[in-house]
Amino acid sequence: MPVLEAKGTEVELNDEGFMVDSSQWTPELAEALAEKEGIGALTERHWKVITFCREDAAQNGQPPGLRRISKLSGVPTKELYQLFPKGPGKLAAKVSGLPKPKACI
Amino acid sequence: MKNLVILGAGTAGTMMANRMVTRLSSGWCVKVIDPEQEHLYQPGLLFLPFGARDEELNLRARSKTLKPGVEWVREAVQLIEADAKTVVLDNGTKQPYDLLVIASGSQIRPDETPGLADGGWRGSIFDFYTLDGALALRDALDTFEGGRLAINIVEMPIKCPVAPLEFTFLADAFFTKRGMRDRVELVYVTPLDSAFTKPMASRLLGGLLEEKGVRVEPEFATGEVDADGKNLISYDERKVPYDLLVTIPTHMGAPFIEASGMGNELSFVPTDPHTLRAKEHEDIFVLGDATDLPSSKAGSVAHFQSEVVTENLLRSIGNESLEEGFDGHANCFVESGFDKALLIDFNYDVEPLPGTFPLPWVGPMSLMKETYLNHLGKLAFRWVYWNALLPGRTIPVPNRMSMRGKVRPASPAPTSTKGGHHASA
Repeated sequence: MPVLEAKGTEVELNDEGFMVDSSQWTPELAEALAEKEGIGALTERHWKVITFCREDAAQNGQPPGLRRISKLSGVPTKELYQLFPKGPGKLAAKVSGLPKPKACI
Repeated sequence: MKNLVILGAGTAGTMMANRMVTRLSSGWCVKVIDPEQEHLYQPGLLFLPFGARDEELNLRARSKTLKPGVEWVREAVQLIEADAKTVVLDNGTKQPYDLLVIASGSQIRPDETPGLADGGWRGSIFDFYTLDGALALRDALDTFEGGRLAINIVEMPIKCPVAPLEFTFLADAFFTKRGMRDRVELVYVTPLDSAFTKPMASRLLGGLLEEKGVRVEPEFATGEVDADGKNLISYDERKVPYDLLVTIPTHMGAPFIEASGMGNELSFVPTDPHTLRAKEHEDIFVLGDATDLPSSKAGSVAHFQSEVVTENLLRSIGNESLEEGFDGHANCFVESGFDKALLIDFNYDVEPLPGTFPLPWVGPMSLMKETYLNHLGKLAFRWVYWNALLPGRTIPVPNRMSMRGKVRPASPAPTSTKGGHHASA
């Protein structure tokens, strides 16, 4: 399994690049994950999304989907696509150290 | 008298009312609340845009679909006051309940997408998820002279997830029969990464799209519609131009769900995936399109769920523990054009597989295969719906999905999907 290292801590990632153990997440790891995913330096707006995702997942036991993020975090969907290009739902969860959100059929 | 109150008399609510009225003891009253005078057979909508003129066969007076003994309250719901165990109606009256069933379905919300419901609506933009939408589209297709027809799913989940594919297959057949297929470009614009949500079915249905010369525009998250310039625009600023747009707009639960603070971000009610009780309320059950479950929003699902909710309402009354009876089972005919259809059967954990249905190894219908018999099954289903399903009769299809008669492929073929949209419980 691939591993990711930040500030001397090593964590395991699954084949799709999501952290295996969400409890090992640290802000430094978020920066490393963002770097790895090509998002670059995290801004205050990124952190607003990441903080929301972490809190919401802790409360509900599952990562929030895109619509839930945009409705409850105060960051509009369009901006989410700029902050986390290509797949903001999946990418925000990934950088937040959460598992891949389950989409509906 | 105790009250079992059911919100909504669509497929799920009508089945529940008719099942419960014969099963509850005389101390109970079954009330169903729905403002609409008529019951619509929604699967019939698919054929109307292509010239079917049987709309009257898809409608029945609601009074005729409810069994004697069911009290129909012809009002809209404004609010559920769960703490007071009361439903507030639009006319201001209050309806107390001992047990509540939410079966208020889902509705299309074109107003959720900027530009969709404005200038082009019913001009160059149509839906087929409503009766008036399907009829308006019938006129539009009848006079369509050619150009690019885009079929667009705005976001998931939607009611009957195979319907947009069926629409596309039927459009291909419709224009072919009219001798104008060469003048029509069909584009299938979807937020999914492939044709459908489950790998094997996605390969099969994606293959059919390719065979029929339909271009697929995957991973397209519709952000807005430029109705004047006739462009679909995604959040990441891709554009798909169209001459005629058939949209499957965002689906949401009933507005009173949000007003009652009981819904998720799409106003669907958080529901236990196996017992179908509302997660937050012991005396409320939820079924059909109104749930937040990753099962399909389809009539067959409502039917399988109705058996579980019937059992659990009775257990709840008897203070027994609930049955974890629902497994996500769905069973859908997929009309593929030229009088053929496929049949798919799946649940939370098992994707659609080839085999026979409903009898193992006998059929007569085939799973995951285009046949004329499946098409006849689809057409015959309207009779089954009015005469067996809605009245709550037992039909010979098991509530839980069966693996008997299904065949797993020996070694999984390489998949074109990336696994991003698979439902699991």
